[in-house]
Amino acid sequence: MPDVAFWQGNEALAYGSIAAGCRFFGGYPITPSSEIAEIMAEELPKLNGRFIQMEDEIGGIASVIGASITGMKSLTATSGPGFSLKQENLGLAYIAEVPMVLVDVMRGGPSTGSPTKGGQQDVMQARWGTHGDHATICYAPSSAQECYEVAIRAFNNAERFRQPVLILSDEVIAHMREKVLVPEKGSFEIVNRKRPTEVPEKFVPYRPDPKDDLPCMASFGDGYTWHVTGLTHNDWGFPTNNPEEIERNVCRLVSKVERFRDDIVQYETEYTDDAEVIVLAYGSVARSARRAVRDARKRDLKAGFFRPITLWPFPDKEIEKLARRVRTIIVPEMNCGQMILEVERATKGKAKIVQQSLVNGELFKPKDILKVIEEVA
Amino acid sequence: MPNPEVMSWLRTRFFPHIWCPGCGHGIIMHSLLRALVSLEKKRSETVIASGIGCSSRMAGYIDACTMHTTHGRSLAFATGIKLSNPSLTVVDVMGDGDCTAIGGNHFIHACRRNIDITAIVMNNNIYGMTGGQASPTTPRGALATTAPYGAIEPNFDICKLAEGAGASYVARATIANPKQVEMFIKKGIQKKGFSVVEIVSSCHTQYGRRNKRRTPIDNINYFKENSIALEKSKTMALEELEGKIITGEFVNKEIPEYTDQYLDLIAKVRGKGEGQ
Repeated sequence: MPDVAFWQGNEALAYGSIAAGCRFFGGYPITPSSEIAEIMAEELPKLNGRFIQMEDEIGGIASVIGASITGMKSLTATSGPGFSLKQENLGLAYIAEVPMVLVDVMRGGPSTGSPTKGGQQDVMQARWGTHGDHATICYAPSSAQECYEVAIRAFNNAERFRQPVLILSDEVIAHMREKVLVPEKGSFEIVNRKRPTEVPEKFVPYRPDPKDDLPCMASFGDGYTWHVTGLTHNDWGFPTNNPEEIERNVCRLVSKVERFRDDIVQYETEYTDDAEVIVLAYGSVARSARRAVRDARKRDLKAGFFRPITLWPFPDKEIEKLARRVRTIIVPEMNCGQMILEVERATKGKAKIVQQSLVNGELFKPKDILKVIEEVA
Repeated sequence: MPNPEVMSWLRTRFFPHIWCPGCGHGIIMHSLLRALVSLEKKRSETVIASGIGCSSRMAGYIDACTMHTTHGRSLAFATGIKLSNPSLTVVDVMGDGDCTAIGGNHFIHACRRNIDITAIVMNNNIYGMTGGQASPTTPRGALATTAPYGAIEPNFDICKLAEGAGASYVARATIANPKQVEMFIKKGIQKKGFSVVEIVSSCHTQYGRRNKRRTPIDNINYFKENSIALEKSKTMALEELEGKIITGEFVNKEIPEYTDQYLDLIAKVRGKGEGQ
């Protein structure tokens, strides 16, 4: 029997991370994510884990990468300004292939913006924020329940693919308190990184297994000596200027995830079978969008609902398929149009795309989305 | 030629190294390795973290658990490593720009936290790798590519900075005295707490040729002629000490170490949990 909890999204992310095996948190206080740090400060010592409040956001992610290299599943959480500060070290985790999870609880506006208001303005930053090519795995939970579940999946995929996994929550989800069914321990899958089995003398730290493009990861302290670097490197982990080795290094960072895209992509649909109009929304906005679609159905409008749970890998194949048989896709977002770019890319002009933007810090009301459905239906 | 034990700590497969012939950093790496060997440290239980710059390439050449991170941030990475596995010996090798400019915040907080990491700061008064730009330790009046008319900013005293921020061990030596370098590094590693060993090093390529110390030996001679032992400096007037390099141990004190305190906290919290 699962336990029933009454949690805010931030609480569910923290407890979900712990359930996934997270035992290290490094971060810096920032609204609206601070509850995650506060819970980890209280809970991790009870589990022989570690919490540290670092001197800044940059140090927060750095400590997390360091901890992960010793074998601890590690988390940091932040919001827009802190997400900007973490970008450089996020890139190090991508190229050094260090598993970790980063939660960005989105708030409104560039810079300090609207710290206590909702927003979805960090979407493209999640994809392209750090410099250089890499694959992105990013979840956008839409309820407290889903915060718990994606925290587990995020850690599992971080461990499996040896890279950072992002969770883009938002202020609305973070502070909305709802019922969460907490699954029993052992009732869900836990993935741990592949460890080397060869003797230390034979260990080649970045030699990928041809089966999955992924190298095994040793931990500092478990008998292996190896080199971690942010420079493009060869299989030995040592900096290289050899064009072939550089190419192989960078391409694998992208291909190792793209290869398994179908294992990662997640989305949810409702009433799409006979829909003529689709509302495509994620995160907190999806709550209003789903309600608007249900209300439209009550009015005999052929509306459907599509919700990407992974923003990346983007469910482009699935959306393209949908675009072939619907007339219009409405994309409500709490930004001036970010995910809509991916929708346009995926649909290749097969359906009309209608943008609905809201950047006043408030959540969409279902009736506002319903109005657009009625206009285009 | 280093002895075989020291050689066993080198990743010779990654040679040749990037340092210019005559660079001071080689003397420091050799001193660090002698210190690790004499302390009987195991390579698989020793972490060498570094940031960005010529000095930071040292991590790659040492066959241990090595981590070459981002510019200025190595102490924050090292903090995560040490806190999650306190049994590891953690040494952080940095340059003056890495440590006191871009990494200044991490540096003072590592001192304050007193986490058991040994920071080796190779101070050659310049950004060498990027072409000789002024750093926070470039002396006033010295020439650099970004100070073509002479530096006008005052420079940091790294040891005073570390002492003020709370480090439990602080010492300075120059590459002209490798035995002292080795001894201070050794004592820094032995100290349970945050240790800062500033090693005044040379970059004849980027600093020396613009500042009348063109050859490696010019720099060694300069350090020999201008070093004053701490004890002796106490007998000298401030004007006499202008431009001199004061060497010695500035701080060596016993104060609570961060990971010890965290492990105590865990024991307390877990003990309490069981009692309830």
